[in-house]
Amino acid sequence: MSAAPKGFPLPSSIKVVPGTESAQAAYPYYTQFVPEDDGKFWFYNSMHFPEPMHHFDMITAEAAYVAMGAFNTRVHVLPTAKGVDHRIINGRVYIGGVVVTDPDEIAERVAEFQTRAFWYYEHWEDLYEQWKDKMRALIAEAQALPSPSLPDYEPLATFKEGNAVAASHDLLKIYQQQVEGYHRMWHHHFEFLLLGYGAYMTFFDFCKKAFPEISDQAISRMVAGMEAEIFRPDEEVKRLARRAVELGVDHHFTDNVDIDAVLADLDKVGVGKDWLAELEVSRNPWFNVSSGDGFYHYHRSWQDDLSMPFAALPGYIDKIKAGANIERPTAQLIEEREALVADYRELLDTDEDKATYDQLITLAHRVFPYVEGHKFYCEHWYTNLFFNKIREFGRLLLAHDFFGPDGIEEDIFHLTQYEVESAIVDLMLSWGVGSPPRGPAYWPPIVAQRKAAIIEWGKHPTPPALGDVPDAIDDPAINMLWGITRENLDSWLDDGTGDPNELKGFAACSGVVEGIARVVKSVSDIHRIQQGDILVCQVTNPTWSPLFQKISAAVSDIGGSMSHMAIVAREYGLPAVVGTGVATTRIKDGQRIRVDGGKGTVSILEDA
Amino acid sequence: MTDSPMSPVAWFADVGIKDRPTVGGKGGSLGELTQAGIAVPPGFVVTTAAFEVFLSALEAKEAIRPLVEALDPDDHAAATVLSEKLRARVMGDPMPPEVETAIISAMRQLCPEGQPVAVRSSATTEDADDASFAGLQDTFLWVLTPEDMAHKVRECWGSLYSVESMTYRRKHGLPEAGVAMAVVVQQMVDALCAGVMFTRSPTTGDKSVITIEGAWGLGSSVVSGEVTPDKWVLGKITAEISARDISDKHARQVPAESGGIIEVENEEPMRSSPCLTDDQLMALRDVGRKVERHYGKAQDIEWALDKAGNVLLLQSRPETVWSQKDAVAKPVTAPVANPMAHVMNIFGGRR
Repeated sequence: MSAAPKGFPLPSSIKVVPGTESAQAAYPYYTQFVPEDDGKFWFYNSMHFPEPMHHFDMITAEAAYVAMGAFNTRVHVLPTAKGVDHRIINGRVYIGGVVVTDPDEIAERVAEFQTRAFWYYEHWEDLYEQWKDKMRALIAEAQALPSPSLPDYEPLATFKEGNAVAASHDLLKIYQQQVEGYHRMWHHHFEFLLLGYGAYMTFFDFCKKAFPEISDQAISRMVAGMEAEIFRPDEEVKRLARRAVELGVDHHFTDNVDIDAVLADLDKVGVGKDWLAELEVSRNPWFNVSSGDGFYHYHRSWQDDLSMPFAALPGYIDKIKAGANIERPTAQLIEEREALVADYRELLDTDEDKATYDQLITLAHRVFPYVEGHKFYCEHWYTNLFFNKIREFGRLLLAHDFFGPDGIEEDIFHLTQYEVESAIVDLMLSWGVGSPPRGPAYWPPIVAQRKAAIIEWGKHPTPPALGDVPDAIDDPAINMLWGITRENLDSWLDDGTGDPNELKGFAACSGVVEGIARVVKSVSDIHRIQQGDILVCQVTNPTWSPLFQKISAAVSDIGGSMSHMAIVAREYGLPAVVGTGVATTRIKDGQRIRVDGGKGTVSILEDA
Repeated sequence: MTDSPMSPVAWFADVGIKDRPTVGGKGGSLGELTQAGIAVPPGFVVTTAAFEVFLSALEAKEAIRPLVEALDPDDHAAATVLSEKLRARVMGDPMPPEVETAIISAMRQLCPEGQPVAVRSSATTEDADDASFAGLQDTFLWVLTPEDMAHKVRECWGSLYSVESMTYRRKHGLPEAGVAMAVVVQQMVDALCAGVMFTRSPTTGDKSVITIEGAWGLGSSVVSGEVTPDKWVLGKITAEISARDISDKHARQVPAESGGIIEVENEEPMRSSPCLTDDQLMALRDVGRKVERHYGKAQDIEWALDKAGNVLLLQSRPETVWSQKDAVAKPVTAPVANPMAHVMNIFGGRR
């Protein structure tokens, strides 16, 4: 802790990693840093984009910031904050808030915002029901989109109808509709989000004033919803475990099985088929959950990769056979939550405060189902459909040699969304004109270059922020969504000067545990987790919750005390520290570590 | 154990806070806790009645109270001479047999196996809670025999005639007729560890947390500030342990074989190990909540853990610093009819 003020490097001082210049240049022009950007403060959005970005995956940042900006600036008209600018360098997404400082403009916006926000708060339940209908319709639209394909000749059936639109046109139509749907999903995503967080933050602030030493966890527990969709996938795995025992097929489920072989074996016998039917019930829609946060194409869903539910089944089956109750005790959780709310209320000194407390907790409980529930529809279900549709285009382009003889369908994600459209047009032209497409010669070297760039960028750490630190971060959107405050920034600046064996994060669930660290970077690593290990991962979300029965504590790089991981950890009573920033890079697999979930610290005790 | 509070001796189980005028604040509080079913080492109070009988016996020989009342509070030399004289009489003059027999047989009943006791003064007036007065009171630890106990009771009584105590009363114009002293005699815990507990935060006044401080050995090392105690902050409602500061506890106070206490060095790993387990912290929290609920206000508690790991309370008194601030406290947030107006403050940057 030196007295001299420290700052973050200026954007202009960050050099593109040598050899990756063309991969960097391929990102859209409006996402490249320019000299004027040195005058602004930026932070690395490691919460949403912890890995270097595949070029196609930038659509998630783009669509989200288009929608978030529109809602903040022009739909809800937030008084002091507009949207966020985003830039990308070396595959890392930096964002910077746009705040309103002119008092006259703020006053004008306050009036607008008040009318709009009050309308939403007053009609919250109805609008949220309507929102779910909209999301289900949007999902159904995406599911109804056909797989892109090119017949040799226009089918006679459509020909005779006088369709007069050739099959190639459908490629463009499906692609554009899918991209349009993804943008629309992000608009829906932001329809309630800031208002929901705002109501929650208001209660949070009140509690911090009334109870200066209250933990974030305690407030979160008072607000947490009990019926949120996001708990359902785990409940379905438990249900499948129970059915496996009831049907007498539980012996098929052991650690590290070959999932396809198990499914094939089950399909050979009647009771096995019965269980497979149950699996189908669970899969649609509840296995449409991403094993990551849904922001990258390679965050596959349980629907596409059953590793996560299969990793959890043996543990649940053992518990059921041992007579343990694995049901989520909803009634008890609700009772505990209500008791917590009542007990804190009791401590307030004045009737005025009790009245305010009642108002604010009531509002928080009203808005919270959206805050917790929207992710299932947006980041999980829809995003998964979206990336899978793009995969179908990848398959089509691969079939037409666009990725060369060694290519794979996933190579499509090395193209930007605009390049994908151009490749589709190239294919449409070729199909119609009858001459070979140019893509097979053009794309393979580019894909190879970008593949290498992603690997290279992953080796280079990137600064947590760029530019001069502002005196205060009073952008409510940045505070709420990213949890970034002036205090965080100071701690980021201090990073590296402290004990390298001590990591600090948000205290998510209290308790102290020592154990072996299992650093898990993707779903393919989950089979390595042994009973009692401490899970160390970049981001844990509720789709990982089936693993919580196995582990003794959890640590993540990303997330705040309201992150879903924190919520699930509290349900399981597991000590957890989230948002450490560096756990997966600093902690080595197999090391002995101590997690203090009350203090929010992780200590590396000894080497593996 | 049917002695009424006007007897020379009153057992904890028979007294409460309402008996403060005869058993003092400390005695009344320990009685109240005992009656509330909270584990307190057993004991009795040498009541103000005992003191009055004793003082009458002294006064029968030569006046005491008129001499104090005649004292000029600014005449330090005179106060010193008087103090020496009066304390010598309190220590040396015979104790009326009805008092001496009562307290000695009470101790025999309390300590059939010769268990040691703590002897502590227990003042009767509200003013006694005042810091300026509290410091003048006495505590004697690990007193082994009934005879020595009786001697320590005299010492507590004698403290009423210290220079500071008499001068304080004269400055505040307190009539000597109302001045009396009760003395608590309590079986003593050979504590594994001990310390204090506040049922609200001493630093922020937060009522939703319990702060526990403790160190190895007897609690006197913590109360006197000779050892930096371990410190924990617990959620009163949530039971989460939100802070743990384990300190280097270089020494502990333990009973001396011949009575009284001695300080011994702590070796590693003891000195840097937490003196309480999480389960013990939870047990303390439960007791703290129970006492707070019983009194209906935040408490400042002294506790000890016996060698078997049982939590025992040695004292509990109302927290005063923050409760005085509460009396003039305003609502956390000005109330409004529409909760959305609070939300506006968040979005408007007016936090």
